[in-house]
Parts: sequence; structure tokens; C-alpha cells
Amino acid sequence: MVELLAWLVLFLPLLSVAAITIFTRGNAARSGAISITAVVFSFICGLVLFYALPESSMGMPIQIPWLSIHDQGLGLDLHVDIGLRLDHLSLPMILIVTGVGSLIHIYSWGYMKGDPGFARYFACLSLFTFSMLGIVLADNFLMMFIFWELVGVSSYLLIGFWYERPSAADACKKAFLTNRVGDFGFLVGILLTWATLGSLNFRDLETRLNVHSVEFSAVATAVGLLIFCGAMGKSAQFPLHVWLPDAMEGPTPVSALIHAATMVAAGVYMLCRVFFLLNVDGSQALQVIAWIGGITALMAALIAVQQNDIKRILAYSTLSQLGYMVMAVGCSGPVPAMYHLTTHAFFKALLFLGAGSVIYGLHHEQNIWAMGGVRRKMPITFWTFTFGTLALCGVPPLSGFYSKDSILAQAIKDHHYGLFVLGVVVALLTTFYMFRLFYVVFKGRPRTEAAEHAHESPSVMLWPLFILAIFSIAGGLLGIESLYARHFEAAVAGTEPGFWDRLLEPFNEQLLAASFGVLAVVFGWLWARSLYRNKAVDPLPEKLGWWSQLLRNKFYIDEFYENVLIPCTQDALARVADFIDRWIIGTFAVRGTANVTDVAGRLLRMLQTGSLQMYAFLLVAGVAGVLYWVLGK
Amino acid sequence: MQAALFYFFAALTLVCGALIILNRNPINSAMFLVLSIASMAGLFVLLHAFFLAAVQVLVYAGAVMVLFLFVIMLLDLKEEDRRKFNLFGIITGVISVAAIAYISFAAIRSGSASVSRTASDIEGGTLPLGKLLFTNYLLPFEILSVLLLVAMVGVILLSKKDLK
Amino acid sequence: MDVTLEHYLVVSGVLFSLGLLGVIMRRNLLVIYMCLELMLNAANLALVAMSRYNGNLDGQIMVFFIITVAAAEVAVGLALIVALYRRRQTAHVEDLTSLKS
Repeated sequence: MVELLAWLVLFLPLLSVAAITIFTRGNAARSGAISITAVVFSFICGLVLFYALPESSMGMPIQIPWLSIHDQGLGLDLHVDIGLRLDHLSLPMILIVTGVGSLIHIYSWGYMKGDPGFARYFACLSLFTFSMLGIVLADNFLMMFIFWELVGVSSYLLIGFWYERPSAADACKKAFLTNRVGDFGFLVGILLTWATLGSLNFRDLETRLNVHSVEFSAVATAVGLLIFCGAMGKSAQFPLHVWLPDAMEGPTPVSALIHAATMVAAGVYMLCRVFFLLNVDGSQALQVIAWIGGITALMAALIAVQQNDIKRILAYSTLSQLGYMVMAVGCSGPVPAMYHLTTHAFFKALLFLGAGSVIYGLHHEQNIWAMGGVRRKMPITFWTFTFGTLALCGVPPLSGFYSKDSILAQAIKDHHYGLFVLGVVVALLTTFYMFRLFYVVFKGRPRTEAAEHAHESPSVMLWPLFILAIFSIAGGLLGIESLYARHFEAAVAGTEPGFWDRLLEPFNEQLLAASFGVLAVVFGWLWARSLYRNKAVDPLPEKLGWWSQLLRNKFYIDEFYENVLIPCTQDALARVADFIDRWIIGTFAVRGTANVTDVAGRLLRMLQTGSLQMYAFLLVAGVAGVLYWVLGK
Repeated sequence: MQAALFYFFAALTLVCGALIILNRNPINSAMFLVLSIASMAGLFVLLHAFFLAAVQVLVYAGAVMVLFLFVIMLLDLKEEDRRKFNLFGIITGVISVAAIAYISFAAIRSGSASVSRTASDIEGGTLPLGKLLFTNYLLPFEILSVLLLVAMVGVILLSKKDLK
Repeated sequence: MDVTLEHYLVVSGVLFSLGLLGVIMRRNLLVIYMCLELMLNAANLALVAMSRYNGNLDGQIMVFFIITVAAAEVAVGLALIVALYRRRQTAHVEDLTSLKS
């Protein structure tokens, strides 16, 4: 029963993809209905598993043998299953993916109404859900990698959904190629792990690690960094972060689901899944991971301060929060990372869907300076968006406060004081840019025609906002953290904390972190309020001067890649490819075979004289030769 | 008596065979082929293959030769005009014949020890052959009849005037 | 002197060689055909002789089949020669060196 449910969770979305592509491609409504039904049922199966799965069967193997190579001579022993793993890490993640996924599917029904590619859109969305669930449930590296790539493909399809726009086509190509760079490292990391530990299954790896800890510690840093490369690509960490802001070319629900709530979190999830490989004595990987996460968080927050596109601001905010999570992993705190991942999924999806609602209401206007005063026109969107903003900034007692605080506390606990300061600064910046957005978009006067005539979105788009808002508000009080903690730490002794304990937990546990977090929020808010209240143009560029230019142009990283890195590598690769193509393939392979065939043909043609006597003679000569050979000389 | 008859028929067969290839006129060649085949039927009789001797005469000397002659008449083949001397044919022919002859005689000589020197008292009459044909060799026999049918159809098709 | 198997085999071998010589040397298609028949007959003779000296009728059955096949072959082959002659007006192999035309 458990197995059936687990397989259902995974394969229902795939079934809907198949059904849509094969049967209902031409019928928009039916395709959407199939897709939504599939993901909702998948969510229900996940819920049943989550609540009904007995503790004893946690982490039990659900496996179908798939690939088994055993060769004594080569010393090769590869065994791969198609296996699912249900535990305290994957089960909540399933609920996030299918739960947030369901809401976004439903929202898309309203947002994408009338789009000619409606059926295709839902097929891609379901394909994405399937692949994401695959990553979450995978119990070995190979399967995870396969789904990892599938996620990349579906992300590619969805970013380039409006492929007739050149910017969308470029963005999806960029996202895919940037991810490939990271995936290459990931694959090498997987192979290196297999080469040293001889298994791909996570459970086996864990047990073998205890036995072969000495052998492994030699390559531990390399393995950790290579695996992190994969996360770097998918979770858009510096220096592979460039694709995520461009990915906002896709439809807004896609940005919410894939490029904010779930897919980009896959990197963090993967790091937590293989945390035991990173957290090895003698491995320097975690240090690097922590600092890369911190740098990404700070850099993205700084860039977000000077962006004017509502979706881009949220995209950089996502980058910054992902950096936070990665930093948490690096501070050997997978629990805070997963915690923040979960709450972030709620409020960032909420913010994106709210932004989508604003964009929809303003007829696809995305520049925040062309908005203003949206509050009165779209009250429901406004209120839900406000709660999302507060949660993201980390205002107690909303969910973001708890998860962000647990990360800051983890940084102190792990004696990363530099990262702690960095985290506080990022929190301050986060509050600042979010309230900048808030004031410019929702407060003040309407600055354009479109903002004047904004209208509230249909209810099919508002209900998901409600539900996500509730989770954003209450996410910190549900005990999500202890859920994840059960996976990473031995059973927590003592009773479940009560409601008030949970509410005040951050202040009791780590007063320093909590108070700095609150202070950052307050100062950030005051700063933004003083600068942006009732302003029609951005006052910052005047004050900051060339700094503003720098931020506006994202530290010129894209330009650097485009003008320095890509031409160099491209030219070098092109030269090599040209050489191979011209000399090896062109000369030897193509013309070589042609010439050999030609010469052989010319030679053989000489035999075809047309003279019957010649043929007869050759025939007899052949017969004589054969006879002589057979009859024994 | 047997030996004398054998030598007579063998010599007749070989001489006629040689004359087939030496004769310039196709009709003469055909006539010598008839003679050669008929004398071979005599050899068959000496080997107690009475049925085959009859078939040989009927099929070869009768049907096949009539066909040959008929075609020769139809094509109105005259005596071959003397073309340039066929050196190539003679050289290759002699070489290949020498090779084949050498191998076959070597094979006969090396195999002669293992074969019984005396003839068995087997009789190739109609009855034993017929029995074999309709028991052990029934399937090949039937297939052969199909082959004949196919050949007949093919010939009819080939001999149509406007062959495309 | 008794007539043995070898006698027959030698006759058969010589006959076969004669046929072969004709096939290679002669240039008239019909004569080549006759020589082919001669070669078949040489094989027949060898088979009958073997059958006689081995006390087994299978060889004669084989000859029976060969004669049948040869008859069919002659019919088809001559039909081909006639068709060829109609088109090319020759039965001389040196004039027939190409498939087309």
C-alpha cells in the first residue's frame, strides 16, 4: 500500500503529461483539468503518506532493480535501482512540491486563460512536477541525476514557453547552458563518489562512509565541491547565478513554482540529502559552500536594491534567499536550510503570484515606476502581498522570522561570525528592497493609465494567494523545524514544545541572533519608508552615483561573461572543433572512406570485363582452389 | 565380354565428346552430343542402371536434343566464320582443365583403396527406383515437379514476342 | 582384366574435362550449352558407377533428379538464348559483353 502510494505520488503527474500530449493536446480546458487533477491527487497521496506512514517504515527501501553490472575482471560492481526513499526529509518536501504546485496549477488556470499554448503549458508544468518529485524521492545518485536533468529540461521548456520572443528564447538557452556547467561538475562528483565508495545508493553510501572513512577523506573536499557545483547551477549560486533573473521571461506562475519555490531549492535539498558526504572530517567543502552562499546572498540583495522590474526584484530576492539557505548548509546546519527552504517556498510563491496578479491586473506592465496606488484597486492582492513581504523580511511572528533566525543562530553556533554579520546586513537589505517595492507599487498615486485602470484578478487566482498567505503567516508555528531535525539528529528527547515556547523560541535560544534580526527589519523598514514614501522617481541613483550604475547593471557580471569568458572559451573550443571537423572527420573519416571505396570500386571494376570465358575460367580456378584445399593437397 | 563392351562404349563416348568441341558447325556438335549420350546409356546398362539408361535416351537423346536442334534451326546458325584465333580461350581452358583433371585423378587414385573392387548385384530397375522415389524421396520428387512447372511457365513467358 | 570403379571414374573425369574445355574455349552460346550438358552427364556417370559399386540406389535417384533439373535448365536456357538472339542478332559470347543495350 505504501509502495503504491509512493509510486502514485511520483507517476500521477507523468500520466497527466502523457494523457495531455497524446489525447487532449487540442483541448485547453480538458488538458488543464487533467493536469490539475493529477497534481492534486498526487498531493493527497503525499498527505496520506505523511500522516499515515508509521515511524518504523521510515526510510524503508522501495526498489525495483534496474541496472546491475558485475565484472570481476574489471573490478566493476555497479548496482542501481529505481528506488524511492520516504523519510523526514523527503516527505515534507513532497508536500511542498505538490502542495505549492497544486496552488500554482490552479492559479495558472486563471493566469494563462486564453493563451494558445494552454495545453502545452500544463503538460510542461506537470512534467516539471514529475521530475521534481523524482529528485525528492530518489534514493540514489544516478536516479537523482536523471531527474535533475529532467528538471532542467522542463525548466528550459517553461522559460522558453513564449518562444516567439527572442528574449525568452535566449533566456531558456542561457538557463540550460549555465546549468550544464554545474551539472558537469555534479556528474564528475557522482563518479568520484562511486569510484571511492563503490555505491550510488544514499543508504549504502552512508554505511560505507563509516567503514572507509580514511579512504574517502582524501577526496572528500573534491567530492564536496564537485557535488556543490550541481547545486550551484540549479540553485543559481555565484558565479552561475546569471540565468535565474533572465528566467523570469517565463510565465509568472512558472517563475513562482520553478524559479522561486521548488526547482531552485532542489540544489539545497540535494546538499541536505548528501549532507553526510559533505560533513566529513578533513573536508573543506562546507567552508567554501558557506562563503559562496553568503556572497551570493549579499550580492543579490545589493542588486535587488536597484532593479525596477517587479519580477526581477523578486528574482534577485530569491537568489539572495537561496544564498542564505546554502550558507546555512555551509554552517553545517541542514535543518535551518530546509526550514528556510520550506517557509521560503510559501512566501516567495505568494509574492510571485501576487506580483503575477499585479502584472495581470495592469495588462502585463512590469516596471514598478509605472505602477503606484495599486492598493485601492486590488485590495486582496495587496493584503496577501503585504503578508508575503513581512514574512520575507522576517517580521515576528511570521514564518520568515523563524527560519531566518535559525540560520543566523546556526552561523553563531558554528562560529562563523563574519557570515553572521553578513546575514544581518542581507536581512537589512532584504527589508529595504522589499519595502521599496511595496511603497512604490502599492502606495502613493497611480502613475500611469494602466495603474489607473487596474482591476482585481479573478477568484481562481486569489484563492491560492489566500492559502499561501496563511502558510506564510503561520509557517513558523507548525513545528516544521523539528520535523527536519528528526532526519538529521538522533531522536530529540523531551516533550513537544508548546505554542508559546515555539512563538518565543528564537529569543530563548539565541537572543543575539533574534534581536539583530528584528533590528535589521526595523532599520530596513525605516530606511525604505524615508526614501520611497510618495516618491515618483527613484532618489537613490543621485545619492549613490556610480554605485547605483554598478548595482543596476548587476556588477557587470553578465557583461563579463559575454565579452570575456564566453568569447575566449568559445574561440578556443571553436578552433579545436574546427580542427577535428576539418582534418579528422573531413579528411580521414569522410573523404578517406569515400576514396577507399572509390579506389576499391575502380580495381574491382577491372574484373567485370563482360567476357564469359574469363568468368568461366575464374570460376573453375576458384573451384580448383577450393577442391585442392578440401581434398588435402 | 563386359570389358570389351565397356571399352567400346567408353571410347565412343569420349571420342564423340571430343568431336563436340572440335566441330565448327553447331549441328554437327549436336549430333555428336546425341551419339555421346547414347553411348553413355550403354555404359549405364553395363552398370545395371536400366531405368536410367532408358530415361537418358528418352530425355537427352529425345527431348533435349530435339530442343537444341530446333533452336539451331530457328536461329539459322551457319557454320561459324573463322574469327581470330582464340588464344586466350585455349590457354585458360588448358590451364583450368589441367587443374581440374589433376585434382580429380589425384582424388580417384587416393580414394581407390577404400572402395570395393567388385560390383554389387544391385539392379537399377523401375521397381526398386520407383519404390525409393515414392517413399524416401517423395518430397524432393514433388518439389521437382513444381520446379518443372516453374520452368515451363518461365519458358512460355520468355518466348513471348514482345519481351519487356 | 576386370572393369573396376576407377575405370568408370576415369571416363567420367575425362568427359568432364572435355566439357569444361569446351565451355571455356568455344564461343558459340549453343555449343557452350551442349558442353555444359556433357559435364552434367559426366557427373551422372560417376554417380551411377558409385551407386553400382557401393550397392546403394541413392546415387541413381540423384541422377534421376539431375536429369530432370537438366531438362528444365535446358528449356529455360534455350529460351533465354532465343530471346537474346532476337534482340542482339548474335549467339557469340564475344559480342555479348555488356548487360544493357
